[in-house]
Amino acid sequence: MTGHPCTTSDHDAIDALGRASGADAGTAPGSAGPVYLDHAATTPVRPEALAAMAEVYRSAWANPSSVHAPGRRARALLEQARRQVADLLEVAPERLVFTSGGTEANNLALLGAAGAAPARRHVVVSAVEHHSVLDAARSLERSGYRLSVVPPDREGRVAAAALGAALRDDTAVAALMLANNEVGTIQPVAAAAAGAAARGVPLLVDAVAAAGKLPVHAPALGAAFLTLSAHKLGGPQGAGALYVAPGRELAPLLHGGGQERRWRPGTENVAAIVGFGVAAELARRELADSAARLRTLARSLEAAILGAGCGAVATGPADPEARVPGLVSLAFPGLDGDALLVALDLQGVAAGAGAACTSGSVLPSHVLTAMGLPGAACRAPLRLSLGPENSDADVARVVAAVARAARRQAAVDAP
Amino acid sequence: MLVVVAMSGGVDSSVAAALLRAEGHEVVGVTMQIWPDEGLLRSERKGGCCAMGAVRDARAVATLLRIPYYVFQMREEFERHVIAHFAASYASGRTPNPCVACNEHIKFRALLQKARRLGADALATGHYARIGRSADGGLRLMRATDRRKDQSYVLHPLRREDLGYLRFPTGGMSKEEVRARARDMGLPVADKPDSQEICFVGPEGYAAVVAQHRPEAVEPGPILDVDGRVLGRHGGLAQYTVGQRRGLGLPGPEARFVVALDPERNAVVVGTAGQTYASACSVPRANWLVPEVPAVTTRLTAKVRSGPAEHPAVLAAAGPDGFSVEFPEPVRAVTPGQGCVLYDGDEVVGGGEIDAVRRSVPAAAGAGAAAI
Repeated sequence: MTGHPCTTSDHDAIDALGRASGADAGTAPGSAGPVYLDHAATTPVRPEALAAMAEVYRSAWANPSSVHAPGRRARALLEQARRQVADLLEVAPERLVFTSGGTEANNLALLGAAGAAPARRHVVVSAVEHHSVLDAARSLERSGYRLSVVPPDREGRVAAAALGAALRDDTAVAALMLANNEVGTIQPVAAAAAGAAARGVPLLVDAVAAAGKLPVHAPALGAAFLTLSAHKLGGPQGAGALYVAPGRELAPLLHGGGQERRWRPGTENVAAIVGFGVAAELARRELADSAARLRTLARSLEAAILGAGCGAVATGPADPEARVPGLVSLAFPGLDGDALLVALDLQGVAAGAGAACTSGSVLPSHVLTAMGLPGAACRAPLRLSLGPENSDADVARVVAAVARAARRQAAVDAP
Repeated sequence: MLVVVAMSGGVDSSVAAALLRAEGHEVVGVTMQIWPDEGLLRSERKGGCCAMGAVRDARAVATLLRIPYYVFQMREEFERHVIAHFAASYASGRTPNPCVACNEHIKFRALLQKARRLGADALATGHYARIGRSADGGLRLMRATDRRKDQSYVLHPLRREDLGYLRFPTGGMSKEEVRARARDMGLPVADKPDSQEICFVGPEGYAAVVAQHRPEAVEPGPILDVDGRVLGRHGGLAQYTVGQRRGLGLPGPEARFVVALDPERNAVVVGTAGQTYASACSVPRANWLVPEVPAVTTRLTAKVRSGPAEHPAVLAAAGPDGFSVEFPEPVRAVTPGQGCVLYDGDEVVGGGEIDAVRRSVPAAAGAGAAAI
């Protein structure tokens, strides 16, 4: 209890403990290796994607804009990746702009669309959009735009008619995501896009949470702009794409060279984009089987936790078909959400909740709040998002860990 | 043992975590996020509990020690218990010690509860204080070995039943030893200066924080002498504390000192240096850290503010809820709102917020200053 001298041998002791547990920044020593259920935050890189990226760094690292042979080799791989991502969306490759990720793609679409129609000073977004759309819209509001935010129903669904009703003659752009990243709700995008088109308003469809899990056919959806992110479907962080429908204009955010049809200048991150392409192709091929498997696994995971009598309630759509596959969205009314997530981490279960922020703590979810969930539920959300490598054994382990953590909290807090 | 360590990014809590890790315990580092998110990215004050600097430094130490590290969102509780109390104190003519309020409600209650929810066996901090065993075998809160750095005063709200759950690994070390250990271990915070300011007050100053919550505390009002004569105007009770000489703006050669703050008349009452002394004070809501309430006339020592000054004190009244003490040697600037903490040698007997004060130099008839 009192301080005792901490000598260099203590430093060695700490080092040895670290090596023995295999910990980097600390998983609890003794845990059987983490089980990962946070695929909605990011996905492991597919080995095929990693191999393709390594090959780029090894032998195709030149600037794709260069005239010479090494540059043309890089260019060829870049354009192949573009075709692979375009095939996932069933669009022509020249309609795709590569960016640094989903956030940049959303910013480019929203701010770019507004910038291309400067006489229009109104923007419409759904209340459940990702922060990269909401915050970009709020930045427009701060510079004088009028902003309409359309609320969802209790299941997180935004009605196409509600979005349509918010449109005005001077609406520059509207945004409705294809699937919500927190509760998984699939939105009526095609109907919303049709309504927007009838009013002459382009619709931005953030498909980041949907791509690789649901079919995303941009022309069928009627999206004017559609975004995706590599690291949500087995590709690396650092690459995203924006689909721009024929005839649509964008004012670019970055200025520089002529890359990406001047919509997104800057030397391309060829390796990440190549990894993106490989992951996109794999996702397209595996989509049907993967979606079915994820739905089944998610259903059993959700049922087991709800049946464990540890205070969990399901949030989001009741109908599993109305949700993106693999996503289980729960809340534990009355519990401490921070402590729940940490307790899971200490048991080697990597799960998600709410929205991350820079300090790493959990902020109250704007999505759950918009859905009208009571505060007690909003304070302890839990998002379990499965991926192709998760097994029934993983599910069992997670259920046990969640039940243990929730029950211990309830016992500790009991008066 | 699974131990949660509250890490502020400072050298003391960093070394506390390191010592526990070296003993072989499973250590988890946490920082309480008590600052508003708007300040998050931009606040870069040196020292201080809050801001991204704290998280960054604590996380760096945690990475070096190879322990899990988390940030707990606790702004709401902090606003409710610490900041609201801070502003309300000034508005009612008291001078608060927010570290005491934080220890009572946040660090050693809300955070302690979180540690229990995680299944931890103990909560540790970098405080300079010790937990020892008394002759009867029970646990006691004691002052630190390093008396200059002793923080047992601000720990007086700790519940006796929680003492077994707490660890103060640096409490038996001097500050120099702690810094030396930090250097030995290569911790990047070894030479980080100690925080001197209130952790939730930024460059805007504490009066601005008070004004946001309790505008009446920055309302101008009269400066009165102890007989009630108006001598001048003050710019808000929040700017004054008992014993203060600066900032009164009164003409004349004689030195005048704040003797009392009167929220009912929104008045600052001033008097001579002699009139700032007190011979007794009352603490109606006290926390006892000993199993039996001590008997009246027990001779103890008392601190009436954070710092080294300590005074002989005789228990004049004592019950399960509170106590009052007499000071055989009158004490300067005993201040309502500050803590009065009683010691029996090195052991903390109990303490609580000072409510009323009896001046040792009696006021003239008709004075309205607070008295027991």
